[in-house]
Amino acid sequence: MALADGFVVFVKRDCPTCEVIVPTLRAIAKELPLTVFTQDDPAFPEGLSPINDTDLNKSFEFEVETVPTLLKVEAGVVTERLEGWLRSAWQEVTGLPDIGAELPEYRPGCGSLTNDHAVLDARLVVNYASELSSRTVSLGADEDDVEAIFERGWTDGLPVVPPTVERVARMLAGTTREPDEIVVLAPPDLVECTIEKIAINAVMAGCKPEYLPVVIAAVEAACTESFNAHGLLCTTYFSGPLVLVNGPYSRVIGMNSGVNALGQGNRANATIGRALQLVIRNVGGGRPGEIDRATLGNPGKYTFCFAEREHDSPWEPFHVERGFDERQSTVTLFAASGVQPAVDQLSREPEELARSLAACLRTVGHPKNVYVWDAMLVVSPEHARVFGEASWSKQRVRDEITSALQISADEIIKGAGGIAEGVPEQLSGTSIPKFREGGLQIVHAGGDAGLFSAIIGGWASGAVGSEIITKEITL
Amino acid sequence: MTTILDPTSERVPATRSLTPRPASLDGLTVGLLDIGKPRGDVFLNRIEELLTANGTTVLRYRKPTFTKPAPIDLRQEIALNCDVVIEALAD
Repeated sequence: MALADGFVVFVKRDCPTCEVIVPTLRAIAKELPLTVFTQDDPAFPEGLSPINDTDLNKSFEFEVETVPTLLKVEAGVVTERLEGWLRSAWQEVTGLPDIGAELPEYRPGCGSLTNDHAVLDARLVVNYASELSSRTVSLGADEDDVEAIFERGWTDGLPVVPPTVERVARMLAGTTREPDEIVVLAPPDLVECTIEKIAINAVMAGCKPEYLPVVIAAVEAACTESFNAHGLLCTTYFSGPLVLVNGPYSRVIGMNSGVNALGQGNRANATIGRALQLVIRNVGGGRPGEIDRATLGNPGKYTFCFAEREHDSPWEPFHVERGFDERQSTVTLFAASGVQPAVDQLSREPEELARSLAACLRTVGHPKNVYVWDAMLVVSPEHARVFGEASWSKQRVRDEITSALQISADEIIKGAGGIAEGVPEQLSGTSIPKFREGGLQIVHAGGDAGLFSAIIGGWASGAVGSEIITKEITL
Repeated sequence: MTTILDPTSERVPATRSLTPRPASLDGLTVGLLDIGKPRGDVFLNRIEELLTANGTTVLRYRKPTFTKPAPIDLRQEIALNCDVVIEALAD
């Protein structure tokens, strides 16, 4: 609605500046057309026929940040805007040189109610609610909401946060993407998965809105053909998706890359990985015992997400190694089958530590399995320091480990050592690397103390299984 | 009343669906649960005769009182031992 020419002022009774300028407003109204919008008390200010703007629609329309705000309107257009009380400015803009003579020269005014957190939140909910298209489910008056969601089979076995319209609307404020955007076809059912469905499951997982961009990127990365979330879900093997987060955004949202980085206790780590799994379960339809045929699984299938400890790593961040700029933030998806320790409290030289870690890595899957499984080696700060002090690059570390894991086939042919598992006898006399080229990832994480690193075994490597993938997080 | 948004693909109804019914009772164990009202046993005895004649394994259960839900241990015992339950209402 266009405004009539003249002056418009936005006020609220709760603002002391608005209170003291009431006589001045009356003086202006005697001389000039003045429209008053009041944000809180419809009766304020008395005698000026204020227009009730307690729904704040006009305040939002005219982007009022401060009360009082005085607008000058000419030909339906705002040509002047004053915020707070500044006598000389008010006198100049109104052309009334005597107004407010009894007032202090300057008063800053107060924040507009449009900046009130509760108001913004309610408005956000209203705005998004009309855009949501998911089916609503009304629970019975006597039904416990958390129990009701368990009974519908929508959880991973732990309680979830009920995805009310309000919570989902707040979650969607965490991304600039539209709720109805189709992000991926979620496996195994290859269902169109929208931003809205991801947001619902992120709410259930316990995410904050600012985690949503990370969850979306993780879903996008997981649902690529090369990562093969479908096969990863179906396998009888232990594995599930691991989400490694790199770049400044991991610090913005307070992710843990330090003490207990692979463990419990950090909300972002815990809920981002969980949200991805809930999307696969609820949208994709992938449930244990149905499509998920894991013999044993692993606890990381509830959630497995951590950030790299970049600030004091002797090496470039993992995403930079994979071709991204260090100012970018990324998720890396790895098909992970659980954590096994790599203990070495005695090596002080990089050569011996590399051999020691290689010996631990040899057991991934089975000591006689080669060229089958990928692995991620999470080097702790105390181990990384040994390499850093010797100026070993990550590639040097990888090369030394790879060389130590060039295994004589005679040690690992079927039946060798009295163990049936192994490689075909025809390979006798050759040597075989434990990991394929590109099959060993190295990242830096963990607490300050402890001469332990972690081996995260992978799954069937590369084109026959899953390929590690890194994707940028966009807001 | 709480209203939540469906987190799924919405391919199945949001209301809770019945457990799928078996196509036949061959090889299954049928539990007969008497809720404890008079003459419920008459009905269940006849059902047991018919099922047993059919070669079906039958186990009998009885609630301590019809005024309360079955106790948790009785429900767990039935769930562990039976594939199908027939509950007799009577009066």
